[in-house]
Amino acid sequence: MADASGPKKLVLYIAGETPKSLAAIRNLEKICEVSLPGRYTVEVVDLKNNPQLAREHNIVAIPTLVRELPTPIRKIIGDLSDAEKVLVHLKVGDDQ
Amino acid sequence: MDGSQAHISGISKSLTGIAGFDELTLGGLPTGRPTLVCGTAGCGKTLFASTFLFNGAREFDEPGVFVTFEERPVDIVSNVASLGFDVDDLVNQNKIYLEHIAINPSELEEIGDFDLEGLFLRLELAIDQVGAKRIVLDTIESLFSAFTNPAILRAEIRRLFDWLKDKGMTTIITGERGDGSLTRQGLEEYVSDCVILLDHRVQNQISTRRMRIVKYRGTAHGTNEVPFLIDQDGFSVLPVSSLGLNHKVSDERISSGVADLDSMISGHGFHRGTSILLSGVAGSGKSSLAACFAAAACVRGERAAYFSFEESRDQTVRNMLSIGTDLQPYIDGGRLLHFAARPTFYSLEMHLAVMMREIGRFDPSVVILDPISAFSGNGDRLEVQSMLLRMVDFLKSRAITGIFTHLMHSQVGSDETDAGLSSLMDAWILLLNRENGGEFNRELYLLKARGLAHSNQVREFMMSRDGIRLIEPYIGDGRAMTGSMRRSEEARNRRREVERKADLTRRTREIEQRKRQALAQIAALRAEIEADEREIETVQSAEDVYLDQAASDKREMVQSRRAD
Repeated sequence: MADASGPKKLVLYIAGETPKSLAAIRNLEKICEVSLPGRYTVEVVDLKNNPQLAREHNIVAIPTLVRELPTPIRKIIGDLSDAEKVLVHLKVGDDQ
Repeated sequence: MDGSQAHISGISKSLTGIAGFDELTLGGLPTGRPTLVCGTAGCGKTLFASTFLFNGAREFDEPGVFVTFEERPVDIVSNVASLGFDVDDLVNQNKIYLEHIAINPSELEEIGDFDLEGLFLRLELAIDQVGAKRIVLDTIESLFSAFTNPAILRAEIRRLFDWLKDKGMTTIITGERGDGSLTRQGLEEYVSDCVILLDHRVQNQISTRRMRIVKYRGTAHGTNEVPFLIDQDGFSVLPVSSLGLNHKVSDERISSGVADLDSMISGHGFHRGTSILLSGVAGSGKSSLAACFAAAACVRGERAAYFSFEESRDQTVRNMLSIGTDLQPYIDGGRLLHFAARPTFYSLEMHLAVMMREIGRFDPSVVILDPISAFSGNGDRLEVQSMLLRMVDFLKSRAITGIFTHLMHSQVGSDETDAGLSSLMDAWILLLNRENGGEFNRELYLLKARGLAHSNQVREFMMSRDGIRLIEPYIGDGRAMTGSMRRSEEARNRRREVERKADLTRRTREIEQRKRQALAQIAALRAEIEADEREIETVQSAEDVYLDQAASDKREMVQSRRAD
C-alpha cells in the first residue's frame, strides 16, 4: 500500500565530514541497498553549510536520520551501526 | 570600595539588574563564565535567569539568547510581560533570541554513536544572529530525559560549557535540585565558577524564598542565606546585612508631634535618628502616639513610613481623625507611606527585607513599626530580637528615627520581660492604663531617654478631638491623682478657693461697716460738742447782759439816792 506512492525520502543530517557522519552515511546506504531496495531515497544535509535547517527541523543530535512520512515522524540518531534496529524503526507504521 | 574589590580580584562581572543581587555579589555574575542557578521546582530559577537576560538586553546593551528546553517561548514572553519586559519588542530589535529546543523522546531512537553538534550549531546561529553576550540554558537537564546515553550527554555538556566559555558568553544554567546534590544530574561538577542556590521553604505555613551563593570563584562573597522576593516588581534580592555600631549621631531634635511630650524632654523633642519604644497594654494609645510622630514629620515637610501589622491604612486614617489629625492629605501627597501587612504574610526575615526595601525606596526620616509584638507569634524571642536589632541598626545607619510600638500583656513586671527589647532602644515611653476609683486612666511615663534630660513624672495621657495632651497629675495627699479623681480634687480646690474669697469679701465689708459706724458716732459727738459750746456762749452772753443790767440798775439807784 505504502509503496504505491513510490520511494519515500529519508533525510540524514550531518555536521561536517566527521567519522560519525561518514559512518552513518555508509551504514544507511548499505541498509537501503541490501534490505530496502527502491523504497527509500536518501538525502544527506550538512548542517555546517546551512545551520538554519537545524533550527527549522529541530535537530539537536548529529547524525540524525529523519523519516517524515508516513506519520508519525521518526528520528533515529547515531551512526546507525545496528542495521537490524534501524530496519525495525524505519518500518514502524509502515508495514501492516 | 565595591568597585576596587572587584578590580583587585581581577574578575570582571556582568550586572544582572536584579535589585540587591548586584550589591550582594559586588557587581553581578562572572562575565564570560557559566553560572549555575539551582533550586527546587517553583523557586524562581527561570525568572532569575530571564531577568538577568532581558535586563542585559534592555539596560546594559548586552544582547542575549534564551534557550528553553521546557517552556515554549510564548509562555516565557507572557510570564515576564507582567514584570514589565516587552520581550517581543526586544526580539524585534534583534536584542533577544528565543531558541526553543524541544525533544520528544517518543519519536527518537538512538542507534550508535552520536553527538550534540546540532545543538551547538543552533546556539552558534542564535548567538551570531543577535551578537549575544549572555545566554540562558533553561534547563539543560531536560536533555537527560531525551537521550538515554548519559555518557555521551555528559561529555557533550562539558564540551558545551567549554565552548560557551571560549565564546565569552556570560551563561546561566538552571538546574532542578536533586536528592543530596545541588542538581539531579550533577551539573554542578561542570560549573566551577559560580553556583547560586535558590530555596523556597515553608515554616509555620509561611513560605520564605532564600538565596545562597554556594560558590563564587575569585571573589569575596557572603555565604549567608539571603531572602528574596518575587512580586509585581519582579525578582529582588534583599540582603539583610548586619551593620556595626558606627553610625553618626545627630544632635538635631525633632518634635514628637505632641507638644506636652516634647516639653517633658526639655522642650525640644527627641534626637533625630534614635529608636523609640512605645510600650503599653491594649488600648493605651500606642498607635495614636506613634502616628503623631509620623504626622509631625509630615508637617516638617519630611517623609514618614508607617508599617502597620494590625490596621489597614483607612483604619489608621480614621482613627487618627478622631483625635484631630488628618493623615489622608499626607498619604495623598506622597509624604506618608502606609504599608500594611499581616505578620503571618511573610516570615520574619522577609518582613524585615521588605521593610528595608520600602524604606530604601521611600527614604523617610521617620519609620514606625506598629506593633513589633505582632511578630512574637512568628518566631521565638531571639529571632524577633535579632530582626529588630537589624532593623534598628539599619535605621540608625540612615539617621532615620524609628518608633516601635510594643503591646504588653501585663503592666506588672513589664520591665523584665522587655529587657531585651529595651536595650536596643534609645528612648522608652511607657503607656499605662490604670484603674483608679472605678475608672481606667491612661498614663504616660518616660522610662528612659538616652542623652536627654527628661521629666520623671507620670503624666496623664488624654486623647480628644484636639489631639493628645499630657496633663500633669494632681499631687495631693501624698499621691498623684488622675482622671475623675484629679478632676474632683481640682473642683474641690476650686470650690474652696471660691469660699475663701467670698469670706474675705464679707469680712472686709463688715469691717468697713463698723468703720463707717464709728465715723458716724464721731460726727454725732462732734455735733453735740458744738451744741454745748454754743450753749456755753449763750449762757455767757446772758451773764454779760445780766451783769451790765445790774451795774446800770445800781448806778440808777445811786442817782436816785442823791436826793438824800
